[in-house]
Amino acid sequence: MSKGVGVDLEDVCIRFGDFVAVREANVSIKGGEFFSFLGPSGCGKTTILRAVSGFLEPSEGRVMIGGKDMAGFGPNKRPTALIFQNLALFPLMKVWENITFSLEVQGVGKAARRKRADELLEMIALTGQGDKLPSELSGGQKQRVAIARALCAEPDVLLLDEPLSALDLKLRQHMRTELREIQKRVGITFIYITHDQGEALTMSDNVAVMRAGIVDQISDGHSIYNDPATPFVASFVGENNVFRGKVKSINGDHAVIDTNRSGDLVARIATSAKGSLNIGDPAMMFLRPEACKIATDTSAAQNRLTAKVLHEEFEGQIYNVFLEGAQGKEIKMSLVNVGQERQSKHSNELTLEYNPDQAVILPAGELASE
Amino acid sequence: MNIANFFRNYFEKNGIGLGTFLLVAVVFWVVVLIILPQLSMLDFSFRHHLPPPEMGGPKDVYTLEHYEYLILGAPGADTSYNVVDLGVFGRTLMAAVFVTLLNLVICYPIAYYLAQTKGGGGYTRILVLLLIIPYWINEILRAFAFRIIFGDSGLINETLLVFGLIDNPVDFIRANVALYAGLGYAYILLMIFPIYNVIESLDRNQIEAARDMGASWTRIHWRVVIPYAKPGISSGCTMVFMLTAGALAAPQILGGPSSLWFTQIIYQWFNQGGNWPRGAAFAIVLLVTCVIIVLSMMRIFKVRMGDIGK
Repeated sequence: MSKGVGVDLEDVCIRFGDFVAVREANVSIKGGEFFSFLGPSGCGKTTILRAVSGFLEPSEGRVMIGGKDMAGFGPNKRPTALIFQNLALFPLMKVWENITFSLEVQGVGKAARRKRADELLEMIALTGQGDKLPSELSGGQKQRVAIARALCAEPDVLLLDEPLSALDLKLRQHMRTELREIQKRVGITFIYITHDQGEALTMSDNVAVMRAGIVDQISDGHSIYNDPATPFVASFVGENNVFRGKVKSINGDHAVIDTNRSGDLVARIATSAKGSLNIGDPAMMFLRPEACKIATDTSAAQNRLTAKVLHEEFEGQIYNVFLEGAQGKEIKMSLVNVGQERQSKHSNELTLEYNPDQAVILPAGELASE
Repeated sequence: MNIANFFRNYFEKNGIGLGTFLLVAVVFWVVVLIILPQLSMLDFSFRHHLPPPEMGGPKDVYTLEHYEYLILGAPGADTSYNVVDLGVFGRTLMAAVFVTLLNLVICYPIAYYLAQTKGGGGYTRILVLLLIIPYWINEILRAFAFRIIFGDSGLINETLLVFGLIDNPVDFIRANVALYAGLGYAYILLMIFPIYNVIESLDRNQIEAARDMGASWTRIHWRVVIPYAKPGISSGCTMVFMLTAGALAAPQILGGPSSLWFTQIIYQWFNQGGNWPRGAAFAIVLLVTCVIIVLSMMRIFKVRMGDIGK
């Protein structure tokens, strides 16, 4: 793992005319880490990647690779390799020529290049396919060729711009595992750009969630999901039921908010809001659909909601139950399919309960738009 | 899929009215405008040069005399080969190749720039306009304009004299500079647009990927852009070569006193000489030679016919 080189963004701002694409980004990526930038399209994550790869210079701040300021170094002078969203394989070159293009640029002889290509083809399990054209390969194979091509130059940092987005679901899931394995094997730093939270959470050591040019939270996948730093992160990553209200009381790690429609609800205060949340502040409580349970005891409490079943979706491993709470508040609940007798038939009145530690309270803020 | 079926489907798809019109138009274009004139020229080229009353008479039989004339010259001439005509023929083809290459060198960067900065705003559009507007002017007028610019007291000589770079006017006309410039300029759009079309569809990421892997601009063009643009380059070169070899107005107006273009000889046989069969034979030789050159170039550079139509 010592091969990896760290990447640091220091107060990076990137502007296009009046438009601010990235605002004061401070990100520290450790060597050998699988790091993802996660955000909706247009949030500036690809812009950051282009600043790291050298295709554009930040308007302010510094991009450091291995502790060295990269200002003035073009993409061909940086120890980075980029895998494009559409892969950008050269259609008229054979697979092996594609893979070793960086060596060709360095003036390496044909025999040596061919040998290196065969090694890499073996690594990506495409032995003997070197003389094909990219168009003769399947989507997943092209993907692997693009990875091999990027790794051929032995970069210190591999940059990946949503490379899996064009693949179908099964292949995408397979490639996630494979990418992670390749990263562990070569031990270099991977910086991965995606709008797919599943990709970010399954592969990454750390994730930065971005919103409109701002990095909202940098943390490992667990914290991003279980302890979001802002309402945006809470609503963008995974699904959440949002309850708006005002802080009524604070008791250690927990707070009670007085919601407009659902009465008083208790939940854990998010780490980022600890100490800054005061009684009377507008706040939001986030409750994951899978944190909801059907209560066996129907007495009222601050971690209970009553609701009526509207309809149900069967997804295979889970049921999604859509409910209508007090005054038309929509609530979604997910139940794991364990072959149980379903109690969520239409119009049934239910009492839901949740573990207050599994719900989070944050100061009110902007949500991810659906 | 037999022919009756094909026509039934064709008329079902296009309707009787439109279908008939399309069919007639295409057949008229191919047969009347392309095949018949060429066949009649081919026929002419194998006949004796006879006064009109004898046409169709007993003397009107097929002969190779005009082709023999091009190669061997007039019977009883001093030399054993027709040095003058063959020399002009060779020089014309060489000059056409030269003009084509010159055009390619000039047009490739322009086409690349236009294609890669599309949507890049006003400059691109102005550049395209600057390229197109001169073509609203008649070809002969443009040739005369070149003659004036390159003349003894033309813009270029005057400028060079004013700056003291030369003491006496340079005879650009005699040196054929004006001719090559005029020919090169005449078909510039036919070179630019096919290349532009192909490069426009090149994924920009491929250029960036190559750059990311450390490739210099020369290598990016050599390994990525030019191979991709090959169909456009070959179709541009084909058109420019064919039209340059067959140009008449520019050599007439811009050619130096000693330079003769093969088309001018053909023109002379048709018009001044009134010897249509000989003119036809010369024209057929030019056409066939050009086609052979183009096809062999395509084979050498591994371009398939189908790629050119793209």
